[in-house]
Amino acid sequence: MAATETRVDATSTSYAELLGRIEALESEQRASVKKKNKLTIIAWGGDLDRIWPTTILATTAAASGMEASVFFTFWGLFAIVKPDVRITGDNWMQKMMSAMNPGSAQRAKLSRYNFAGAGPSMFKKLAKDHQVARPDELISTAQELGVRLIPCQMTMDLLGLRPEHLLDGLEEPIGAATAIAEMRDAAVSLFI
Amino acid sequence: MDVITNTVTHTVDARGQSCPGPLVALARALKDARAGDQLELLATDPGSKSDVPSWASISGNELLEAEQTAEGAYRYVIRKA
Repeated sequence: MAATETRVDATSTSYAELLGRIEALESEQRASVKKKNKLTIIAWGGDLDRIWPTTILATTAAASGMEASVFFTFWGLFAIVKPDVRITGDNWMQKMMSAMNPGSAQRAKLSRYNFAGAGPSMFKKLAKDHQVARPDELISTAQELGVRLIPCQMTMDLLGLRPEHLLDGLEEPIGAATAIAEMRDAAVSLFI
Repeated sequence: MDVITNTVTHTVDARGQSCPGPLVALARALKDARAGDQLELLATDPGSKSDVPSWASISGNELLEAEQTAEGAYRYVIRKA
């Protein structure tokens, strides 16, 4: 009889232990993130030598069957301003900012060796000779291949950029939390 | 082993194009192809030697052949997954 009781105790102990382990596993699973075959780029830089690799990588990921999204913030936003949009903003500070950062990837400057636009011209000449697509062309290719281009709402407000200033076919502007959510489940995320 | 019919149904000529041109051209052609179709890619970009196998492993399509042609170009045969 005593032996049986001991056995029951032992069983109930291991049962409670098992329950505890299941609970621990379940909470661990809730906290873990399942990564998708996805690339997310935070396009912070609007310089030609940043927006170019950004658009090359996003396009290549989509061409490889990966899900891809690009979150445009700060100077990166000017790369997705429509080429015919000139001065934007509601006050002198925003207007000055837009004058210093002419919109569209076509007018992006080089972060070094810009030489008042001579650098980018040389770069584009080299790219043409080597049949490398320009960033503005890559942006359309990216859109065609299903890359989601997402503007940052906060920077748009800060810089005085409105949705009508930006390229057509973009996603709804989002905030930092949604950007984190985009990166959270992406197998690859980059800040360029 | 499956019977493989070695018939290339599409040819993608990306000669002269640089990264990521050949892969974008390939992805475009692949959209119109059916599973099992074989596509031939012609390229001159030396980067394609490593890029096409990488692309195949990411995208899950099968790289059947990779060779350098007599003219110094590269030829790849891909089977759509």
